[in-house]
Amino acid sequence: MTHRPPASRTLKVDALARVEGEGAMHVEVRDGRLHDVQLRIYEPPRFFEAFLRGRRFTEPADITARICGICPVAYQMSACAAVEDACGVTVDGPLRDLRRLLYCGEWIESHALHLYLLHAPDFLGYENAIALAADHRDRVTAGLDLKKVGNEILEVVGGRAIHPVNVKIGGFYRVPTPTELRPLAERLRTALDTAIDTVAWVAGFEFPEVGHALELVALSHPTEYAVVGGRLRSTEGLDIASHEFADRVVESHVEHSTALHAHLLERGEYLVGPMARFALNADRLGPEAAAAAAAAGLDPSERNPFRSIVVRAVELVQACSEALRIIEGYERPDRPAVEVTPRAGVGTGWTEAPRGTLWHRYELDDDGTILDATIVPPTSQNQPAIEHDLFHFVEGNLHLDDDELRRRSEQVIRNYDPCISCATHFLDLTVDRS
Amino acid sequence: MSDGTDAATPRRPRVAVWKFASCDGCQLTLLDCEDELLAVADRVELAYFLEAGAVGDGGTGTYDLSLVEGSITTPHDAERIRDVRARSKVLVTIGACATAGGIQALRNFADVEEFVGIVYAQPQFISTLGTSTAIADHVAVDLELRGCPIDRRQLLAVVAAAAAGRPPAVRGHSVCLECKAAGNVCVTVAHGTPCLGPMTHAGCGALCPSYARGCYGCFGPSEAPNVTATAVELGRRGMDPHEVDLALHTFNAWSPHLREVWHQPPPTPPEATS
Repeated sequence: MTHRPPASRTLKVDALARVEGEGAMHVEVRDGRLHDVQLRIYEPPRFFEAFLRGRRFTEPADITARICGICPVAYQMSACAAVEDACGVTVDGPLRDLRRLLYCGEWIESHALHLYLLHAPDFLGYENAIALAADHRDRVTAGLDLKKVGNEILEVVGGRAIHPVNVKIGGFYRVPTPTELRPLAERLRTALDTAIDTVAWVAGFEFPEVGHALELVALSHPTEYAVVGGRLRSTEGLDIASHEFADRVVESHVEHSTALHAHLLERGEYLVGPMARFALNADRLGPEAAAAAAAAGLDPSERNPFRSIVVRAVELVQACSEALRIIEGYERPDRPAVEVTPRAGVGTGWTEAPRGTLWHRYELDDDGTILDATIVPPTSQNQPAIEHDLFHFVEGNLHLDDDELRRRSEQVIRNYDPCISCATHFLDLTVDRS
Repeated sequence: MSDGTDAATPRRPRVAVWKFASCDGCQLTLLDCEDELLAVADRVELAYFLEAGAVGDGGTGTYDLSLVEGSITTPHDAERIRDVRARSKVLVTIGACATAGGIQALRNFADVEEFVGIVYAQPQFISTLGTSTAIADHVAVDLELRGCPIDRRQLLAVVAAAAAGRPPAVRGHSVCLECKAAGNVCVTVAHGTPCLGPMTHAGCGALCPSYARGCYGCFGPSEAPNVTATAVELGRRGMDPHEVDLALHTFNAWSPHLREVWHQPPPTPPEATS
């Protein structure tokens, strides 16, 4: 017989594991009713937006990369987009393709890391991937190799996997030769097979039957599964350009978080990331990813956050096939970068980081000095939605004992792949049943 | 199970990974050792590595090797690092944040109250120190691995040495030597590109010059850097004094060789417009 949990209790996880960065969870239950749920972000602030003031317009690509070791390319690409916008420059053609290729590398690395090392152990009942590997060594080895292919793209195109050195405003310092890219094509064919197999593997996991009605928000492009640029659209009809973002999204500062919480004006919390991208852009997936999604029984109406692991796997297929297509059609650009001359003004830009839309805004003076910088990362946009989801999950599962409730709540948080280093400007689980 | 003190029977060294103010990139470097990760986990016990899900004893045990990422920026972290030191036989700092305060040490040259006000609407919720400082400013450090981020090969060398119970060998020469070894044409001499290579610590394998870019100093100053000569050379290659200043003060701005040469404060920005 199950032991009945007390009517009032506090559950705490002081330091969440298998997430990027430092966070905690606090759940408070009073007289059998859920009183409060907080995703606490105690990662110390580093003040990027403050020290960017006074720096040169050429520097945000290198400096903002340091916000996150897992998704530095996302920061580099959004920074470039915003500064180029301020300077009236558009980077397109083969240089834009190379940026997408580099970004595919980051999606593969980041999604494979989360899926295999951080998330899959939840579904299979292991504490971590090392323990998972003890029983399923081949599976984990294949996952690590998939991750490695992502890093190889980052290394060839960007110079290194973490904080690539080859990205600059206007393009690159040096563009790779077709000969340098060719070995990646062979690796990507294997990776594509692994990714397709990964979709089938994770689709077979057991998922609790839950769902949510949150507004899903992602970049959307007429012909591409959007990664670099596009308009921001939502499942509720939002459709805006990047310069309209600050007018539609408000950031607020709450006591339990060094991340700022984002809300859509007059609409409330919303969700960015893989589930949102898939909901809005599934019809623009490549044939391989579309086939893998169909085989897994996934469709754009999917709202079960536990099944985000399947969506991430589908996006792994997409990133591998997209990277392969770019490499197969690659012709070396005539010049590594477009000339960018600074001018006074404001620029905004956004791209789809592995965890969702990442928006940058810079105000420059006429010699290219940064006067003001604003960065809105995906996890700070998702934090209110994660708390919302967590609240409903805990509310529906108060019958569980503390250990089980804590374990499952952590899993709810990991469904969103929160990136806390990013969000700090942004997890510990406490459940208080007093 | 051993508690990490002297054990009569051979056992795997206990390794812990700690995070302070940082981007996670240096500890991610360990997870980026895709070919070696499972072998490493066979040779050492990953006793506490939160991001990898190795919760173990919750970080309350004793450890043969502690890898410390990040800088000290809060009163709580200043206490926490002393506790980590007390429970670690060998403490190795990984990366520019832990060895020099990182990019966030730019606050050390500014008014942190103003920084808090720029980023946060409710400054009273924020607990922070006025400075971002290196781990070695707070506790004894056995080895410092440079880089923003660290180099994977250097990290593996440290972990392998711990597994073998010997000290690791990490060299302190400049990027120039690595550039020659890589067979690169000097970007400054051949193309006039400003480069921090002559005064920058080796370890990256001369990456930037290999990508037709001048070194931007993410590994920080080498053992005996000639900062003045490098600054003069940067000026000769077309950088104005403010640009030289910024180049020297980025990811390792608070390293001992650089913190004293901040000669020009950044221009005062106008009031925030958003």
